[in-house]
Amino acid sequence: MGIEYLGLSNINGPLVVLEGVQEAFFDEIVEFVVDGNIKKMGRIVELDNERAVIQVFEGTENMSLQNTHTKLTGHPMEVPVSADMLGRTFNGVGVPIDGLGSVMAEERRNVNGLPLNPVKREYPRNYIRTGISAIDGLTTLIRGQKLPIFSGNGLPHDQLAAQIVKQASLGDDSEEEFAIVFGAMGVKHDVAEFFRKTFEESGVSDHVCMFLNLANDPVVERLITPKVALTVAEYLAFECNMHILVILTDMTSFAEAMREVSSSRGEIPSRKGYPGYLYSELATIYERAGIVEDSLGSVTQLPILTMPNDDITHPIPDLTGYITEGQIVLDRNLHGQTIYPPISILPSLSRLMKDGIGAGYTRDDHQSLANQLFSAYAKVGEARNLASVIGEDELSPLDKKYLQFGVEFEKRYVGQGPTENRTIEQTLDLGWELLHLLPREELDRIDTKLLDIYYPSEEPLDAASFE
Amino acid sequence: MDSRRIEAIYGINGPVIYLKGKTGFKMSEMVHVGKEKLVGEVISLDKDVTTIQVYEETSGLKPGEEVEATGDAVSVTLAPGILNNIFDGIERPLEKIGESGGAFITRGVSVDSLDTAKLWDTHMTVAEGEFLHGGSIFAEVPETRAIVHKCMIPPQVEGTVVEVKPDGQYTINDTLLVLELPDGTKKEITMTQHWPIRVPRPVHKRYPASIPLVTGQRILDTMFPIAKGGTAAIPGGFGTGKTMTQHQIAKWSDADIIVYIGCGERGNEMTQVLEEFGELVDPKSGNPLMDRTTLIANTSNMPVAAREASIYTGLTLAEYYRDMGYDVAIMADSTSRWAEALRELSGRLEEMPAEEGFPAYLASRLSAFYERAGMMQTLNGETGSVSIIGAVSPQGGDFSEPVTQNTKRFVRCFWGLDKSLAYARHFPAIHWLTSYSEYLNDLSGWYSDNVSPKFLDYRNRIMSILSQENSLMEIVKLIGADVLPDDQKLTLEIAKVIRLGFLQQNAFHKDDTCVSMEKQFKMMDVILYLFKTCRKLIAMGMPMSILKSEGIFEKVIAIKYDVPNDNLQMLDMYKLDIDAYYNKIIEKNA
Repeated sequence: MGIEYLGLSNINGPLVVLEGVQEAFFDEIVEFVVDGNIKKMGRIVELDNERAVIQVFEGTENMSLQNTHTKLTGHPMEVPVSADMLGRTFNGVGVPIDGLGSVMAEERRNVNGLPLNPVKREYPRNYIRTGISAIDGLTTLIRGQKLPIFSGNGLPHDQLAAQIVKQASLGDDSEEEFAIVFGAMGVKHDVAEFFRKTFEESGVSDHVCMFLNLANDPVVERLITPKVALTVAEYLAFECNMHILVILTDMTSFAEAMREVSSSRGEIPSRKGYPGYLYSELATIYERAGIVEDSLGSVTQLPILTMPNDDITHPIPDLTGYITEGQIVLDRNLHGQTIYPPISILPSLSRLMKDGIGAGYTRDDHQSLANQLFSAYAKVGEARNLASVIGEDELSPLDKKYLQFGVEFEKRYVGQGPTENRTIEQTLDLGWELLHLLPREELDRIDTKLLDIYYPSEEPLDAASFE
Repeated sequence: MDSRRIEAIYGINGPVIYLKGKTGFKMSEMVHVGKEKLVGEVISLDKDVTTIQVYEETSGLKPGEEVEATGDAVSVTLAPGILNNIFDGIERPLEKIGESGGAFITRGVSVDSLDTAKLWDTHMTVAEGEFLHGGSIFAEVPETRAIVHKCMIPPQVEGTVVEVKPDGQYTINDTLLVLELPDGTKKEITMTQHWPIRVPRPVHKRYPASIPLVTGQRILDTMFPIAKGGTAAIPGGFGTGKTMTQHQIAKWSDADIIVYIGCGERGNEMTQVLEEFGELVDPKSGNPLMDRTTLIANTSNMPVAAREASIYTGLTLAEYYRDMGYDVAIMADSTSRWAEALRELSGRLEEMPAEEGFPAYLASRLSAFYERAGMMQTLNGETGSVSIIGAVSPQGGDFSEPVTQNTKRFVRCFWGLDKSLAYARHFPAIHWLTSYSEYLNDLSGWYSDNVSPKFLDYRNRIMSILSQENSLMEIVKLIGADVLPDDQKLTLEIAKVIRLGFLQQNAFHKDDTCVSMEKQFKMMDVILYLFKTCRKLIAMGMPMSILKSEGIFEKVIAIKYDVPNDNLQMLDMYKLDIDAYYNKIIEKNA
């Protein structure tokens, strides 16, 4: 501590190299003073005896090989954490930018976090009612889950996330403390503003802690933003016993930033130029969701990522899908038909759903009903393919019924208003209502006993009877 | 003996550290790094640079900190206490770490792999004067309610017993025997052995595959069986049910011991296995499943180098139980994460990448891994097996990527998961046309002796109906099903019965989750009988619409739910029902 180094030996993109460093350690945070007045922060990413490679969070503008003073801080990247952080806005590395002064820290925590011991985890079972049929009914969100929204540019993922926040916060357990941690990586000003306005309108803004790294903010800062946000979330959840919903947007910008830094370090790229450790890095972020034994709080993650070129096999959504517990996929085609939310049912999935629904949680028919809806909707796709070849008129009567079911399902089950908040019973009953469009013998995923309760009549209803 | 060899850290890059100069360290030697004594392994030696991969987070390390060699290769401790336990990638017990360190795993935790204080009921099986070889069993310990742990002489040791402790309670480090080695020296033997994880444990010889690993899953047992001692790969994109399939096999297969390796997977999944396997009862022994299970959990956010090691740790534990004469099945979920760990470390070492950034030695590492499976005669003459079932997570669900392709070369059973089946919630989503099993011929003898001589014939007929359906579907996609002749419509209808009633299996249904070979065979029998009967009707000129009017197809599809596993005679009634159906149709329409 205390030693200041003058000058640098190399500057390349967001990285600088400092030689002759004594007593530095890996992952240590350093402070720069440029031209005697501009302060910057950096992190040591590689050490070779007395040569340190440092990542500069604020970007290397104005730095020269002579004008920079560097000081080692002696600690890894830390953020002050406190329950007072709710209702506040910070930049990407945790410095307040709302003009309300600094936060009185109750504790300083290493942003890298530590892996949660699987034996100390509690398996998530409580479902969160979002009031959105496509999610509640078919890809149920569970407290402590990490469920990303796979979207594309121009699709209403922000609106959907906002709706989930609004409606989930008004759940049944209103006596439990609920808060939102919002981490924005490289998002547009308008998007940040949209979320701020939504939080204000729904009256939750004093329960929100925002970390904003906007599109024109330094790229390297983005690499730290989700970690800072999650460190705060973990503190609020496991120390202050709150239920935290973490929204991270946009994970694609985070991965892009990683690629940028990796390539300026001259690392060997793996897929599409992303570094080999992309999976590990994403995992250290996503795995920080969950419930810890003996703690009343939970961290639920709702990361948003825009798939480059709507390609779900692109490395970012692909690796994300392997780490997270399911995904909600938005579809441009449905969006084009003005169906909101445009959730593409078939590729969407919630892995924790099976243990958080059914008797005691939602209703005993939930799982079978969801399976049946999935399988019926898959058949709709087949019927549509066939219709596009031979024409709708030539289809068998059964295929025509499926087509009709498909249209109704998309319009009424998937589609709903941006402020419409459906109860779980409404969602489930709607599902049965739609299944009545199909003959009973087509419902092969449902136990006969359940069918007798919910589909007693042998005769299918006509769509006309709905109208 | 070696004096302590200590060197200083020169450079650090993520999980890899460098030392300068000639260090005298050995390849694959375990080292302790820095003040916190992080565990690491030597992975390359050069006259100028020694490279070490560290199994823990390296943040906070400084150049100049000490690196101490331990003299041993990275190895695992083998003794009672492995079962009903959960370890990280280098055999540290997570339960113990949780007790001492709280909910999060801190660095440099030093705990014994196995409980050294626990007293085990020990029954000695040798007497003074006996000559024991490596691998000989000298004591038995009831490790859990289900499994008797057989303590063995370490493989390279042999000698005459000169002293034996009486039966009683001992810890794993108490001396139980003293051997006089051939060179005259005395050696004290405890229950504990240490074995380097990257070296296969020796065996006497390898047997050919001849007995299936019965899993209770119809698509596996009937269509694409795996032998005891066999290897299988389950590739599939995310959400297609790899983990679910592995859970099902771990729960219901007739292996004696299950080693479940969660390599770079989700923390919540491991918690689920722990909870669920603790409650579920093994149908064979009536004891909780955890009594025959050990878990290696290296979740995706734990350090990457330990992820690479976790596969070998699990394999070595499995081989140890195989040496006692048990049938062990390894679930490796997922080998792609392991391959990616190799890639990540290889990138840090700046090695020349081969395909898609993977190192060129990917194929040889994969083959070395899968070749450690097999049905073996162990050193003590018992027969034991290690079966490996590896999940593969291909990038973008594309099976042409290097890990899937190289795995395919070394496994004999391929259970390809299909996205469109998963989307339609057809589970298990194993596609019958892309999957294969090379064990079918090896196992034919077992099937005709133990199930029925007709078994393979039935299986092949079912398979051929499914492949006929596939070619008919090509036509249907173009012109619709209505124009097909009735016999082809019947093929489609029967194929549907097979898909829904036989291949689809509900893991959450109490009867359907695990099905005996007998029920599997009888279900095929009923379905084929229905096919035969309907063909007769079609030949008489009955149209398909009449055949479908009696609801017999739905009834056969529902067999899996309607016939309880303990009342298989009910299945014989279905043939009578089909006969009645036949007569009714004739009567009505003749």
